[in-house]
Amino acid sequence: MGRVNNSLASWMHKRPKVRLLALLAAPGLWLVIAYLGALGALLITAFFTINNFTGDTIPGFSLGNFHDMVTDPAYRNVMFRTLGIALSVTLICSVIAIPMAFFMAKVAKPRSQKFLVALVLTPLWASYLVKIYAWRSMLEPKTGVIDWLLSPLGIHSPGFGGPAIIIGLSYLWLPYMILPIYAGLERLPNSLLDASGDLGAHNFYTFRKVILPLIFPSLVAGSMFTFSLSLGDYITAQIIGGKLQMLGNVVYQNFSINLPFAATIATIPVTIMALYLWLVRRTGALASL
Amino acid sequence: MRNARLFSQIAVASAIAIILAGCSSNTPSATKSTLPKIDTMKTLGTGEGQVNIVAWGGYVESGANDPKVDWVTDFQKSTGCKVNVKVGATSDDMVALMKTGQYDVVSASGDASLRLIYGGDVAPVNTSLIPNYADIFPGLKDQPWNSVQGVTYGVPHGRGANLLAYNTDIVKPAPTSWGSVFDVNSPYKGKITAYDSAIYIADAALYLMKSKPSLGITYPYALDQKQFDAAVALLNAQKPLIGEYWSDYLKHVASLKSGGTVLGTTWQANLNLALSEGVKVNGIKPVEGSTGWSDTWMISSKAKNPNCAYMWMDHIISPKANAAVAEWFGEAPSNAKACALTSDKNFCTTFHAADASYWTDVYYWNTPTETCLDGRTDVKCVPYSEWVKAWSSLRNA
Repeated sequence: MGRVNNSLASWMHKRPKVRLLALLAAPGLWLVIAYLGALGALLITAFFTINNFTGDTIPGFSLGNFHDMVTDPAYRNVMFRTLGIALSVTLICSVIAIPMAFFMAKVAKPRSQKFLVALVLTPLWASYLVKIYAWRSMLEPKTGVIDWLLSPLGIHSPGFGGPAIIIGLSYLWLPYMILPIYAGLERLPNSLLDASGDLGAHNFYTFRKVILPLIFPSLVAGSMFTFSLSLGDYITAQIIGGKLQMLGNVVYQNFSINLPFAATIATIPVTIMALYLWLVRRTGALASL
Repeated sequence: MRNARLFSQIAVASAIAIILAGCSSNTPSATKSTLPKIDTMKTLGTGEGQVNIVAWGGYVESGANDPKVDWVTDFQKSTGCKVNVKVGATSDDMVALMKTGQYDVVSASGDASLRLIYGGDVAPVNTSLIPNYADIFPGLKDQPWNSVQGVTYGVPHGRGANLLAYNTDIVKPAPTSWGSVFDVNSPYKGKITAYDSAIYIADAALYLMKSKPSLGITYPYALDQKQFDAAVALLNAQKPLIGEYWSDYLKHVASLKSGGTVLGTTWQANLNLALSEGVKVNGIKPVEGSTGWSDTWMISSKAKNPNCAYMWMDHIISPKANAAVAEWFGEAPSNAKACALTSDKNFCTTFHAADASYWTDVYYWNTPTETCLDGRTDVKCVPYSEWVKAWSSLRNA
């Protein structure tokens, strides 16, 4: 047995291509079949049509779905709405995450640092659905706890709709923003901050000129999570979105009746994500991650 | 770098292979306008140990929602068929679920049944294997939505009307017309609900049929372009009034309970659930009449558990089970003998089970087609696929 192994190993040793192939077979198959295969199938289905009566998919080539998508203003609206929600969520998450991560990495004592990381992670232990249903009862107009908290200030719960979706998604994805920024700040030497202070920079100036450029790659990494996860979400909109729909809801609404059209709509977030990654790449943040 | 290129070449080759495989295994069967030939079961064998059912919420109750409401446990004990149920929220969901071939039986409404028959997703039913079929009201047998060209495709389950629900504490005076959910000056703005499916366009058409006779609508599922546009315009005007559209019946009941919804379309079963949780709510069939359903139990053409499926179809229309479902869901039973077994002895009278005249203003869900279903031949009607597009566009605007 050992000899077979040895001879196989020496055979492989002489053939680096085979070795590489064997090494990459499993992840390669996963990437190609489960990931690219699904994307390819999606793209192809978008050109199919359906039988008007039974709803059966008819393979073929037709641009009808894309025509419907572009000409109906409803889908333009839902695209911009979804984009707006994803950007707001990303912005809110970064605004909350940067000071939080800074405190965790630079201010807190080493022992409480670990504790804080654990705290940030705790919401991830609970199910997504449980958290969103909790938000549903909290955001309930008139009877919810948010309304009760804010009514002395003369503010009312936003009820179910766009603001509720943004709040819910920001809550859900915040840990995915905090962790990369925390990791980035941890690598940032304290001496840089001291040097900036010694040279007379104010705190805000230090933040803008020293910290922000150095944690920018981490910020981008976090934003890829919050942005892409918000872009594809539909359950939050279903539960606390009132009558508001996002791109994911359009796909969900259509996939059972008109699969090709659902596939066509699904190409929108894919395209937006590709554009986003391309923009990110141009900033050079990916290279220094 | 060379490694990377090799890898991407492999990736491209595999992707192409997959795409080719996907295309060839999926031979298109053109436009199915002809009736697919599917064999009927000849004899009943022994049960397979389980049956997978797609049903409306409230049709397959095992005591989980209310311990007293249970017609599944008996069936499982006597036949050995374990019941696995998947609740469909809309007819479109049910059609999609049946197309997967993973389910044996479905409770299809009239806007799903014909699509399933012509799609080859359900098989004709051999009614001689279903002893209880003999007791079904003759008026429900061999109707356009459960049989085609004299071939029976299912067993009638029961029928009912979509109701107008209102919170009796808040909505005063009590509404009598569907006009209350379309009134742009409604004091209940933001607390009105509507059913989240393209078939709801028929509800608007029904209201227009009575309130705007000049449009000439005679059947809510047969709308020419002008009538269709009027119905969609009415729904667009209604949209600011809507707080939430519902299709998940449990979320709908939760919304009735929290007071988020005080007025809008519902099913009797949802009202029963809400009432059992102490919500002050009532449901009526408004003066315009209602849309409604007449459901059919159908068997999948790819059923893996056909014997248990037949046993289930016989069980669910047996007098006892049929009476229990009818009372729980709030619909008229299909089995004439069920009327003697309801706990409320007036139930069948209340729900007009045998009273054909009551059903004249209940328009059962149907699948709109280009050929007008009301018999008009001078115009083309808007087919269901266009209804779906209009609904999707309305919901996302």
